[in-house]
Amino acid sequence: MMTPSPALLEVKGLKAFVESTEILHGIDLGVSPHEVVAFIGPSGCGKSTFLRCLNRLHEETPGGRAEGRVSLEGQDIYAVGTDPVRIRRRIGMVFQKPNPFPSMSIFENVASGLRLNRIAKGIELEARVEAALREAALWNEVKDKLDASGMSLSGGQQQRLCIARALAVKPPVLLMDEPTSALDPVSTAKIEELVIQLKKETTILMVTHNMQQAARISDRTAFFLYGDLVEYGPTTKVFTTPSDRRTEEYITGRFG
Amino acid sequence: MNWRHWLNRLFIFGVCSLALIALVPLFSVLFYVISHGASSLTPGFFTSLPAPVGEIGGGIGHAILGSVVLISMCSLISIPLGLGMGILLSEYSQKPVSRVLGVVVELLSSIPSIVVGLFAYALVVRPFRGFSAHAGAIALSMIMIPLVARTTEEMLKLVPRSVREAGLALGLPKARVILNIVFMGSMRSLTVGVILAVARIAGETAPLLFTAFASQHWFQGLSEPLASIPVQIYTYAVSPYEDWHAKAWGGALILILMVLGLNLLIRVFLPRRKDG
Repeated sequence: MMTPSPALLEVKGLKAFVESTEILHGIDLGVSPHEVVAFIGPSGCGKSTFLRCLNRLHEETPGGRAEGRVSLEGQDIYAVGTDPVRIRRRIGMVFQKPNPFPSMSIFENVASGLRLNRIAKGIELEARVEAALREAALWNEVKDKLDASGMSLSGGQQQRLCIARALAVKPPVLLMDEPTSALDPVSTAKIEELVIQLKKETTILMVTHNMQQAARISDRTAFFLYGDLVEYGPTTKVFTTPSDRRTEEYITGRFG
Repeated sequence: MNWRHWLNRLFIFGVCSLALIALVPLFSVLFYVISHGASSLTPGFFTSLPAPVGEIGGGIGHAILGSVVLISMCSLISIPLGLGMGILLSEYSQKPVSRVLGVVVELLSSIPSIVVGLFAYALVVRPFRGFSAHAGAIALSMIMIPLVARTTEEMLKLVPRSVREAGLALGLPKARVILNIVFMGSMRSLTVGVILAVARIAGETAPLLFTAFASQHWFQGLSEPLASIPVQIYTYAVSPYEDWHAKAWGGALILILMVLGLNLLIRVFLPRRKDG
């Protein structure tokens, strides 16, 4: 193996396709540990696809395919012979709409990654489920009804349940694809607070359409436009003195 | 009171009348079968063999047992095969084998049941020189397998893609996502589908005429002809005897009660989760 790169995640020349349409035109980007990176840009510009390339979920989309190099802790996740299942255990994901497993209880939802991958069982499993629910700031609300269906929770609680489910396997990277776009302002605030807390444990890459949200919680911001990474830098710099005219126009609301 | 209000009223009235009209045949069948068949339902009717021609009394116990044997054998073949095919059709729909299978299932489910009976006759009865429970179960399976496969496929396709993606994103292998999340999560609807398929084949007559045939004796082994409720009803109904006609109605009532019982079973043992 080569010398490990200082970055946790290193993306080089990443192109993504659906059938023959190129969605991402060669993205280069690096992420350091314990950072929150926000991805902004108009709808359909490839932010979500980019995120889904990082845990090799894009290839599950019919016709989906990716090219280029994505290394996680120095290991190329697109190298021949790499099992996407192993990669996904180290990169958690939270989706736009809360998607708890419908037939499972709250406990089973959080336990699913640990149990089905045979990582933990018995008392250790219970402890890790509790820890994950506490990390997701949901424990106090559900500790008395762990056997209730995950679907019985409110939208905001369901989303935190999904965050707990992703955190239970302790991934070094957590991808969040517009995690608050389906939630009310109170739930959104809770999840934003959570993201800031979680930075200590993991590294978060979050797609958002909410510019204020990106400004509030991220350390770095990436601006995508039509499948290109236009600008990537410290959030304060991107929002106050962007180096690209298109970034400035988007942030000030002149298009998008 | 404007015209929209009256239009709404008129529409509701129309829909309700149509619903009532649809219920008429259902309830008249039930009423007719009960009024003609209830008198036959003595304890002996369930437990004894048919009486010889001319004698009053006797029952269809052997046919009830025969139907239970046939349905069990058929379920043992069809449920695993049907569920497996359903998973293949729904979860691996892009694979060529799945496309071919889809067409096969489509064709199988549109074959008239009498043709299924003839086919099983040529396939099993002729080579083994005799009607048998085996042949009956195989004929019924040819009807039940596509039923189970189709409902399984449709139920699994109802599971949203976001749920599958959540499983994959957790690092679960695809097989685990399918089995532990998609399949187990659809258990309720799959059970309903299977029970409805059982109810459907419980009443099949045509496939049994050339395969399990009929018998006046208790179950004598899987390689022997076997009585079943639908065939027994047929035998009794076409006879010239009043007493046998009454017994045919009694058999019909038992069949209806069995199907009704299966439906009730679904409702009692599989209550829909209020929250799910």
